[in-house]
Amino acid sequence: MEVSRHWRLNEQRYRLVGETCDSCGTKLFPPRDVCLECAAPAKELYTFTGTGEVFSYTTIYDAPAGFEQNAPYTVALVKLEEGPLVTAQLTDMAKDEIHIGMPVEMVTRKLSTDGPEGMIVYGYKFRPAVVAAL
Amino acid sequence: MSDVSIIGIGQTKVQESWDTSLRHLAWYAIEEALDDAHTNQIDAIYVGNMMAGQLSHQSHLGALVADFAGLRGAEAMTIEAADASGGAAMRQAVLAVQSGLVKTALVVGVEKMTDQTGNLVTSAMSTGLDADYEAVHGLTNTGVGALLMRRYMHQYGVGVADFAGFSVNAHANGADNPLAMFRNRLKAERFAAAPLVADPVNLFDMAPGGDGSAAVIVTRNERAMDMVPRPVRIAGSAIATDTLALHDRENLLWLKAAETSVQRALAAAGLTADDIDLFELHDSFTVMAALSLEAAGFAAKGEGWQLARDGQIHRDGRIPISTFGGLKARGNPGGATGVYQIVEVARQLRGSAGDCQIEGAKIGMAQNVGSNGASAVTHILRVNE
Ligand SMILES: [Zn+2]
Repeated sequence: MEVSRHWRLNEQRYRLVGETCDSCGTKLFPPRDVCLECAAPAKELYTFTGTGEVFSYTTIYDAPAGFEQNAPYTVALVKLEEGPLVTAQLTDMAKDEIHIGMPVEMVTRKLSTDGPEGMIVYGYKFRPAVVAAL
Repeated sequence: MSDVSIIGIGQTKVQESWDTSLRHLAWYAIEEALDDAHTNQIDAIYVGNMMAGQLSHQSHLGALVADFAGLRGAEAMTIEAADASGGAAMRQAVLAVQSGLVKTALVVGVEKMTDQTGNLVTSAMSTGLDADYEAVHGLTNTGVGALLMRRYMHQYGVGVADFAGFSVNAHANGADNPLAMFRNRLKAERFAAAPLVADPVNLFDMAPGGDGSAAVIVTRNERAMDMVPRPVRIAGSAIATDTLALHDRENLLWLKAAETSVQRALAAAGLTADDIDLFELHDSFTVMAALSLEAAGFAAKGEGWQLARDGQIHRDGRIPISTFGGLKARGNPGGATGVYQIVEVARQLRGSAGDCQIEGAKIGMAQNVGSNGASAVTHILRVNE
């Protein structure tokens, strides 16, 4: 069981905590401490809003170990409102409604399971954005 | 121009080799290369491999291969860069010989993919991705190819059928290569109707995995001239990296590492892209072939697929690619693939490519790409004149 490997990323998996660059203001997710744009230190924590849009997506039929029971499932690149792309599954939507540019928002879901007795990994997925009332 | 030349090459057929072990696969390619070079004086061995630790429960391939090939005592180690491991191992051999510290080096790429079945191979392939931020979401290597292809289609306004020319060309060339995994010709009409693997990537878009091994022996050029009749010179050699995760790339549809490694290799060789007679590129997916052609400067952004449509990638076209079938038809033995590419370019330049021969080929380029762009290794080979 790989408990610590997942536990240490709880802030990212459950709350999309990334970082922001002191110099140019670029927002980073995943956190990497060094700005992707200007290479300056970027260690100040920043919690992403969790909204964005679908940038690309695919349906996986040939699932790796731990994901068999979910297959087929859809993995997307989501362009977060603050700029970065993030890799995540899409959920709570019909396959034929998915399209590039579709507004989505982050939710917490089960990602994978390590057999009936094993650890369950939770983390972010994205669902269709609930349109705010005008 | 480097001072390094190829004096020996060997390769096995890419296939499902149920009766052949990892060590035997490596040995068969090495045996052929040693015979070809008329030597067994090997000072260093660089093994290109990606997945033996996971698929065959075997690490420490340097010692294993040196021992099993009768080369005990040689300096030996594994070089790993996901599916660019073979190209990266070649690069280490070039560096070693160029430095003068190693007289003769052997590169062997080997991958044994059929010792595991089903999704364990998919999982092993996925370890080349970002474990914490890609693979943990169920993304696979094929899935990355699909994310690239979907975005390419959207951004450049092309359809699935527009990629067919890459696979049709690869299979046409593979049909003439007795060592190819698939030797059937492919009809463009059947392409778009093939079963989906990871939407929109279908069975005919992606290269099949298989068992295989290829070997190359290099030494200083002045020695090479005395040892074999037709040494092939390493004119340029370069590796570059980009972000490991696809989502971190500056431009999703631009293979920055590929561009950089091509530019470095061309500069070292004192050549331009116009001088290249053939290009063994990393066609693990049809979209990767398009992106590699663009990054290398053979097509403008978003127009790489047009070279396939217009037949420019055929043997008699402006820039022939996948001349022995490429990853698509020759087969893709993971970490061995990059060494196959070197062997194939060397055969073209020796004029020993059989029915796959490009007439008058004098300068060839090989490019091995790891994790769909995170690493790219480019080698430029030329006839020694
Ligand atoms: Zn910055």
